[in-house]
Amino acid sequence: MQEHILTICYLVASVTFILGLKMLSNPAAARKGNLVAAAGMTIAIFGTIFLYHDAETGAGLHNLGWIFGGLCIGGIIGTLAAKKVKMTAMPEMVSLFNGMGGACAALISIVEFNHLSAEIVQSGVAAVSAGKILIIVLGLIIGSVSFAGSIIAWGKLNGSIKDFSFSGQNILNLFILAVTLGLGAYLVMQPGQSMFVYIILTLALIYGVFFVMPIGGADMPVVISLLNSFTGVAAACGGFLYDNKVMLTGGILVGAAGTLLTILMCKAMNRSLTNVLIGSFGGNKQGAASGNTAQGHYKEISLSDSAMLMSYANKVMIVPGYGLAVAQAQHICHELEKILNDKGVEVKYAIHPVAGRMPGHMNVLLAEADVSYEKLLEMEEANDEFKSCDVVLILGANDVVNPAAKNDPSSPIYGMPILEVELAKNVIVNKRSMKPGYAGIENALFFQPKTSMLFGDAKKVLQDLVGEIKSV
Amino acid sequence: MNSILEWISINQQIIYIVILMIFVGIEVIGRVPSVLHTPLMSGANAIHGVVIIGAIIVMGKAETSNYLALILGFLAVILGTLNVVGGFVVTDRMLEMFKSKKK
Repeated sequence: MQEHILTICYLVASVTFILGLKMLSNPAAARKGNLVAAAGMTIAIFGTIFLYHDAETGAGLHNLGWIFGGLCIGGIIGTLAAKKVKMTAMPEMVSLFNGMGGACAALISIVEFNHLSAEIVQSGVAAVSAGKILIIVLGLIIGSVSFAGSIIAWGKLNGSIKDFSFSGQNILNLFILAVTLGLGAYLVMQPGQSMFVYIILTLALIYGVFFVMPIGGADMPVVISLLNSFTGVAAACGGFLYDNKVMLTGGILVGAAGTLLTILMCKAMNRSLTNVLIGSFGGNKQGAASGNTAQGHYKEISLSDSAMLMSYANKVMIVPGYGLAVAQAQHICHELEKILNDKGVEVKYAIHPVAGRMPGHMNVLLAEADVSYEKLLEMEEANDEFKSCDVVLILGANDVVNPAAKNDPSSPIYGMPILEVELAKNVIVNKRSMKPGYAGIENALFFQPKTSMLFGDAKKVLQDLVGEIKSV
Repeated sequence: MNSILEWISINQQIIYIVILMIFVGIEVIGRVPSVLHTPLMSGANAIHGVVIIGAIIVMGKAETSNYLALILGFLAVILGTLNVVGGFVVTDRMLEMFKSKKK
């Protein structure tokens, strides 16, 4: 009886996962979709704890104290971390949680392998099926790569780990991967060699680190999405192992959806996945060098001049970028919008799909500051409206407004769709310095005659600007 | 060769699920607007936290004298829970903001 109820629990959970994902891809239903999936997950977890029985011995689960202890600790830390994290740090938080899932899958594999080793010692190699070991080894490798990679991605996003690459790194990576897989295959055939499991673990962790290390910080969202689908597959391995349909469904679902999402993200940047992974931003030094020579003269603009320009404009378009996010300037940005509105200036926001560090990052940030939905224009709409704008105010965005993407075939970002801000009458660029953006290339926009630079931290500049506009 | 065929036929149910789920996963998010990429990734991240169920089974089956399994299992439960709970809460926080701007 109990195992039938558990089957139904798993069935319900699997359906909620599919429904949840479906709803998550629709703006109106997204939040409900998340809750639906969470409810399904809760049913699956508690169903497992109370109703699970071993297929062979019929024994229920013990160590319930440990299990609830783990659930409580994880639940409390998880909730606190997720509630406390700043909106700007969301992407790295997702990466960190993804790493936890990967580590969890890897640990399961290690424990299960140890069980098998004990069986082998007792009743010989023939007692264990090669298929089972294969699944364990796969779960271990994928889970560890996902864990190590996610931790590096997390470190890169919060700035504690710098890009690091050397020539021949791709070849070394392939070599490590080949050795890892080779050892895995050997272990499947010779499951008695239990030490190998730790060597494979170490190699997979090293591979995870080396895999993400050379990829530029701007590409981290794509990498996180990819590692996300890895963890999905690792979870599915667990489902295979325990013949557990809900783990299988959830894992494969995320694996497939995550892979597609990764490709969609790459498309939004008009790049291929291989191009992101083998690294053109980090590796393409020639492109960066030729861009550097295109220096020229830029002109600065004072705060009061900018305030004057914007106060007497008919229409101002704000282009937010990562600079706005790091400076936490979304609220003051909204305030600027309100003040300009009071003066009869029309204010809109042009959102590039990959502005910030993650697709949709800017929308989330501005929504946090109560900027109304209608004012956020997507790239195509914005490009149609730039012509009628008097002032474009760029806040810490760089590569997404770089005209090189349109007219310089040698540029590493050539072909990426950009916001065509140079169509507007005036462009004011707020940056902290003339340093190039994430792609590491110069931006010819800054040297154009209609562009003026307003240096400084986005939040401080906007505060001062609001003050100036008030007194105009 | 024979053993491979046998393996496929023993596990055919699972293989069917895998194949169907791949298509469902692709189909279900096929038309997501780029605005929702981040929340969707975060939501999917929470869903693969289903690996926690494996951790619970490992933990629940571990013998009380097997300290290695107990410790690793306990760690796995904590990490899995972090993935699930943190993932859903972060996603909810992101989406909360989408909702407020609709008003």
